Amino acid sequence: MAKLRQCAIYGKGGIGKSTTTQNLVAALAESGKKVMIVGCDPKADSTRLILHSKAQTTVMHLAAEAGSVEDLELEDVLSVGFGGVKCVESGGPEPGVGCAGRGVITAINFLEEEGAYDEDLDFVFYDVLGDVVCGGFAMPIRENKAQEIYIVCSGEMMAMYAANNISKGIVKYANSGGVRLAGLICNSRNTDREDELIMALAARLGTTMIHFVPRDNAVQHAEIRRMTVIEYDPKHKQADEYRQLAMKINNNTNFVIPTPIEMEELEDLLMEFGIMEAEDESIVGKTAAELAADAAAAA
Amino acid sequence: MTTLSREETDALIAEVLEVYPEKAQKDRKKHLAVNDQTIEQSKKCITSNRKSLPGVMTIRGCAYAGSKGVVWGPIKDMIHISHGPVGCGQYSRAGRRNYYVGTTGVDSFGTMNFTSDFQEKDIVFGGDKKLAKLIEEIEQLFPLHRGISVQSECPIGLIGDDIESVSKKAAAVIEKPVVPVRCEGFRGVSQSLGHHIANDAIRDWVLDKRDGAAYEGTPYDVAIIGDYNIGGDAWATRILLEEMGLRVVAQWSGDGTLAEMMNTPKVKLNLLHCYRSMNYISRHMEEKYGIPYLEYNFFGPTKIIESLRKIAAFFDDSIKEKTEAVIARYQPMMDEIIAKYKPRLQGKKVMLYVGGLRPRHVIGAYEDLGMEVIGTGYEFAHNDDYDRTIKEMGDATLLYDDVTGFELEEFVKRLKPDMVGSGIKEKYIFQKMGIPLRQMHSWDYSGPYHGYDGFAIFARDMDIALSNPTFKNLTPPWKKVVEDEAKKAA
Repeated sequence: MAKLRQCAIYGKGGIGKSTTTQNLVAALAESGKKVMIVGCDPKADSTRLILHSKAQTTVMHLAAEAGSVEDLELEDVLSVGFGGVKCVESGGPEPGVGCAGRGVITAINFLEEEGAYDEDLDFVFYDVLGDVVCGGFAMPIRENKAQEIYIVCSGEMMAMYAANNISKGIVKYANSGGVRLAGLICNSRNTDREDELIMALAARLGTTMIHFVPRDNAVQHAEIRRMTVIEYDPKHKQADEYRQLAMKINNNTNFVIPTPIEMEELEDLLMEFGIMEAEDESIVGKTAAELAADAAAAA
Repeated sequence: MTTLSREETDALIAEVLEVYPEKAQKDRKKHLAVNDQTIEQSKKCITSNRKSLPGVMTIRGCAYAGSKGVVWGPIKDMIHISHGPVGCGQYSRAGRRNYYVGTTGVDSFGTMNFTSDFQEKDIVFGGDKKLAKLIEEIEQLFPLHRGISVQSECPIGLIGDDIESVSKKAAAVIEKPVVPVRCEGFRGVSQSLGHHIANDAIRDWVLDKRDGAAYEGTPYDVAIIGDYNIGGDAWATRILLEEMGLRVVAQWSGDGTLAEMMNTPKVKLNLLHCYRSMNYISRHMEEKYGIPYLEYNFFGPTKIIESLRKIAAFFDDSIKEKTEAVIARYQPMMDEIIAKYKPRLQGKKVMLYVGGLRPRHVIGAYEDLGMEVIGTGYEFAHNDDYDRTIKEMGDATLLYDDVTGFELEEFVKRLKPDMVGSGIKEKYIFQKMGIPLRQMHSWDYSGPYHGYDGFAIFARDMDIALSNPTFKNLTPPWKKVVEDEAKKAA
């Protein structure tokens, strides 16, 4: 029995973490791997494609109903979906109240105590809220949790900026524990020279772009039916893309402590690829009226 | 006169500081001073109201302690909810000896603990619904309560619960005031900010609720501000004020009620005992309602007489005459006490370390007994408190702000006072060192100490502590034999 591998998927909000994770997990399951997904987002949409459900009942909501988390049993919170994939959602409050971070901490502690990480599992994937806003959302990468971090990004500035920031977070925990950056997953937005750009960013961060997932409507078609592409249309070429990603992750041994870059360096990279224009210091802090006056004076 | 000269006291401070790392030494140095009566502004000699250093033993409390424990807690006909996990409320329950008259659990609630008892799910999903439910249950179970205050514990601020909107809604339903207080423990450097926050909450949610309402006033209406009726202090105070012809409309907040607070803007004069914890609301009433406030001190006959005359000066001759009669009537009792105890206590030296008022207020009472205060300090005072302390203390005496466990022990070892006046955390440390200690927060389960009645008890208690034969018998018999033999041999 191979050792359980725990992986966490981070990335900017809306980048496609949950979709990518579920398709990738479906591909792993299809190849015979035993996988569990732990959704660490109060929205609880990390398992819907595997379970064909709108939103799985979460650990925290069940705990609130039962009185406390100690009153729950593992089978109450664990659902099994496509390919035998085990699914758990941490859950949390509606936006604007309470503490979602604490929800993640409570849920993950519960799973550990209840023995959810059984010996038959090959992989656990944590699908984490886009912005690591507080300690709770760093829970999956603390000691004895996820050892491999995959960052989903695209060739857009903010996605790359987020990837760099997440790398900074990994460095913090890498020095105290065993967590490592395992690669960037480019979820394409069809920007120019996107693959080269992400490969260049990966190189700067000391890692690789593990796979370039092209944009394809099949993903949306499957999603409308609350399914992964693997399940909805296994012969589609997009399904093969996810299978390749799954295979690469399965074979991945390139785990590094990332080398996050400075803001200037990131901007230079973006300028090199024409995403950003060189900054004109002379216009900073000037209103439209002032700029018009300047232009008139120059003319 | 103290036994140490200015230079010696300076040297003592330097010596005690020596063990600290450089940075800590620099910081703590600012909080220790040798008293100089010629200094007008304490900021020239001592720093206060700053963050305590990590690693030292400070005995400070938190903002919640300042609001729930000090200012709000004693208001007896309100229910004060300790909003958050159970510990803050339970471990501070009924610990401060704020006496009150009333039937606990029916119309008074001072010694009870009401808490929302936060669980994990309340942190994650927020506690607003639980708070609303709690208020609803209070209204059913304790219908005679006059209002509710919500005392925030740390998590409330961390998770951003909207206790204001819950309070407003609940107040409309139960038709009684519900006051949200943002006194999360992590705010500020000590309980002092909690006092301020609590004062502001009274200002914003209580004080103006009877503005314009009918009120039958007299020219002699006063309020006692900043007396928490510890061991009955406010009662001993009230007796004197009433005997001098004044009408005490409100007690803030020992044995006080919500209605009294709402009526306070109608009084002619606010009498402020604990300046530190209630100067804020006193200033506010002065600005908004034009009510002057007067700081007074009812510890020991000298200060009592001084204060009584100062208060009487605000009123007409009838009051002044009655005041003199009061002073004359109690004088024989005071003379008797002093005649009895002064010979036993004369020349005894005391070191104090208390909260925010008593380190200066009780000096006069000790001096009336012929005792001398050779060192004093506050847990959570600000510089305006030290301004008022410098003149009360003798020259070259020691001042210590937010003193650490180590410093206080060293100072006591070196200055060798006959007794220490401080709190429960210090009591057994010093008593084991052979030095009697009286608790000056709780009056060591005795009291009252305010007023003429209180002075009689104060004098007796100090004598009990100092004359206790135990402290002469700290050497066990088997060691004593050895000592005696050594003496014989020598």
